[in-house]
Amino acid sequence: MSQFMIRYTQSKLFWPFAALVLLLLINFFTIPGFFHITIKNGHLFGSLIDIMNRVIPLLVIAIGMTLVIAKEGIDISVGSILAITAAAAASLLEVAPLPYAILFALVIGLICGLWNGILIAYLKIQPMIATLILMTVGRGIAQLITGGQILTINNKAYEYIGKGFLLGFPFAIYIGLAVFCIVLIVKKKTALGLFLESIGSNKTSSHFAGIRPEKMILIVYIISGICSAIAGILVSSNVSSADANNAGLWIELDAILAVVIGGTSMRGGRFYLGGTLIGALFIQTLSTTIYSIGIRPEMTMVVKAIVVIAVCLMQSGEFRKLIRQSSFKKKVNEA
Amino acid sequence: MNSDSLLVAKGISKGFPGVKALSNVDFSLRKGEIHSLMGENGAGKSTLIKVLTGILKKDQGQIYLENSLISPASAEEAKRLGISTVYQEVNLCENLSVAENIYIGREPKKNGRIDWKEMYRKAEVLLKEKLNIEIDVKRTLSSYSTAIQQMTAIAKAVDTSSGVLILDEPTSSLDKSEVQKLFEVMKNLKSRGMGIIFVSHFLDQVFEISDRITVLRNGQLIGEYQTSLLTRNELVSKMIGKEWIEPLLSQKKHAANISKKNFLMVKGLEKKGSMNPVHLSIKKGEVLGLAGLLGSGRTETAKLLFGIDASDNGTLVIENEKIHSMNPKLAIEKGLGFCPEDRKTEGIVGELTIRENMMLALQSKRGIFNYIPLKEQKKIAEKYIKLLNIKTPDMEEKIENLSGGNQQKVILSRWLATNPSLLIMDEPTRGVDIGSKLEIRKLILDLAAEGVSILFISAELEEVAACCDRVIVLRDRYQIGQLEGEKISVKNILELISEGAGVVESVHD
Ligand SMILES: Nc1ncnc2c1ncn2[C@@H]1O[C@H](COP(=O)(O)OP(=O)(O)OP(=O)(O)O)[C@@H](O)[C@H]1O
Ligand SMILES: [Mg+2]
Repeated sequence: MSQFMIRYTQSKLFWPFAALVLLLLINFFTIPGFFHITIKNGHLFGSLIDIMNRVIPLLVIAIGMTLVIAKEGIDISVGSILAITAAAAASLLEVAPLPYAILFALVIGLICGLWNGILIAYLKIQPMIATLILMTVGRGIAQLITGGQILTINNKAYEYIGKGFLLGFPFAIYIGLAVFCIVLIVKKKTALGLFLESIGSNKTSSHFAGIRPEKMILIVYIISGICSAIAGILVSSNVSSADANNAGLWIELDAILAVVIGGTSMRGGRFYLGGTLIGALFIQTLSTTIYSIGIRPEMTMVVKAIVVIAVCLMQSGEFRKLIRQSSFKKKVNEA
Repeated sequence: MNSDSLLVAKGISKGFPGVKALSNVDFSLRKGEIHSLMGENGAGKSTLIKVLTGILKKDQGQIYLENSLISPASAEEAKRLGISTVYQEVNLCENLSVAENIYIGREPKKNGRIDWKEMYRKAEVLLKEKLNIEIDVKRTLSSYSTAIQQMTAIAKAVDTSSGVLILDEPTSSLDKSEVQKLFEVMKNLKSRGMGIIFVSHFLDQVFEISDRITVLRNGQLIGEYQTSLLTRNELVSKMIGKEWIEPLLSQKKHAANISKKNFLMVKGLEKKGSMNPVHLSIKKGEVLGLAGLLGSGRTETAKLLFGIDASDNGTLVIENEKIHSMNPKLAIEKGLGFCPEDRKTEGIVGELTIRENMMLALQSKRGIFNYIPLKEQKKIAEKYIKLLNIKTPDMEEKIENLSGGNQQKVILSRWLATNPSLLIMDEPTRGVDIGSKLEIRKLILDLAAEGVSILFISAELEEVAACCDRVIVLRDRYQIGQLEGEKISVKNILELISEGAGVVESVHD
């Protein structure tokens, strides 16, 4: 029995999953009607649906971040890329048809990722510093595109992406699932996953085995850039506007947290897309919970931090060992 | 328990998921003796040592130090009790200097601050006196070869030891002369009443230095023996659990199979500060040896060929095609393979499984989008686990959890799986047990017979002499000579090396 328990509790997905379930339970008892789902005009509504809808931009960015972190990197420019691409799409929509605007936003995301990748792979700048550049400059670029104003979007088709419903569910959910599945398939059906985990775990050995770190760095930052662009489109279409200053603000922190809660180590190596999915859902549910049980806004960050620390501690094998040992000692003392 | 017993372990058991690494093992070390721990790869030697020194928690059993029960919870605690250890995988800080590594935590102080000058001086003296090596102790450890790193660890352990010294394969990358120096130090400590536990897969060394031998097999104690009452064949028979008769090493190669065509040719390849110009060629089906002492430039030459270090001069031709700028990926595409000497930092990818580790080179040869189907991966992994007798409960086990020798076999499999045309093997049998060592030698000869070229590097000159068709001799990063066919023998290689002093000096003048 205890062997069985230990096996389970050591699984990377156990603790984030347990935390998510716990959080949902708390919501069940404190917020009346939390699990209530109604159907209006054939569309599903309710807190759960709302969480699933809102989590998508975070999820998509966190998926890109997972790959970056697996390769021992970090990308803190995702929020800025989100803002740039949102602004780009919004401004192009005024003069060009929808597909062009979307394609343009994606290409901009790709270029941003390429820029990060080149700085890190070829100029050997540390990932944190390299992406810090775009993080700070990016908001300025977004400002330039929007001309310093909040651009409003007036395009029903575009707005459908972030606000519409398909078969009862918000359309964004399908996009999130699609991105998740594509990356999962790429992980399983190409050697990308193997090479990333190999480099993240031992760069020298990987190099000796013929894997080119530079190429892998480029690939992951480009993917992260494109993911940020998708999030940019989702966010701007959801609120029908592009706000250079506030769109995607601090989303990099939530994304990194989602990845870490999901069991991927900041030191690189093994990565867990399923874990990231749970991590992102956890963060979003937490935000919603904090908001709906009426914690004062200025306390939000503190509460979030405490919860996240708790989850991370439970995940750490060392910490669990400490607890087990101290409870064991107690038992011995009592006996 | 008698009065001269120093470290005694009783009924030690230790299990890992799927493996019983030790079951009910007794072990006893007496004062003033050198005690060898013997067994095949994965027999449980390192596990026993880690249990004794508190790195691993035992499931069962007791440990006594000078007749009092101890249970160290960490290596530091063991050290405080007087047990110093050099672990199989040297665990020093790569980016600290040699001197810092030796004196970390006990730095010489002056006026409350670290006295750097004194520390460097002491480190230099220590290395010179104990192990007879003179190096710049201010340089970072990572800038030195595995051998120097190993010796740093030994020097540190020797310097801090007070009752028990444990050496887990300390000699795996050392040359004869360093081994002799280490043995002198060990004998000296022994005469002062210390007990030493020694692990090595070199039978000669074991018979030379140890007073007593304890044999483990599959985590079980087979017995404790007086070295003087045991023959080599008896010892190995006990280790492997069946009758063993040592084959003669004189099975010379079959020069007939070597093709006339060069597979690879190198003219004046060099890297300033690392290796002086190398000229060599390797024919198809030829086994070419690189021999020399520590720091002679064997590994450096291999790294130039495989494109790990960029050359600043010279030409490299593979099958009549001139290669302008070599890199590992290109090398693999051209049919080269390189089994590196430093298993821990250049070989294994610790977090990945055995199967994944075996796939890496083949996968990069095929390209990122040409993913090897899982079924094929499993087939390959199964094949090599069987061929090289890799001891593991499962191919999905993390490679980190394998014993040292078994890790080495996985890395070798990684390269064999690519079907290379030229396999560069830098110390391929390091840490591998005697049975598997002979298997690997046989494998090398079989590969050559199939037309594969081999560049063979080994500190064990007997091994070089036994396997190679031709040997290039290096000294102090210069290529100084070559031996061929019947002329290859340990004696001739050593002679060439000592004559080489003149060659090297004449270049310098
Ligand atoms: N951390 C671990 N997790 C799982 N299994 C382990 C772990 N460490 C060791 N083992 C297993 O325990 C067994 C004994 O390993 P050990 O390292 O003691 O062998 P060894 O005798 O030192 O071999 P070698 O000569 O190759 O160094 C092996 O089967 C190994 O796979
Ligand atoms: Mg071992």
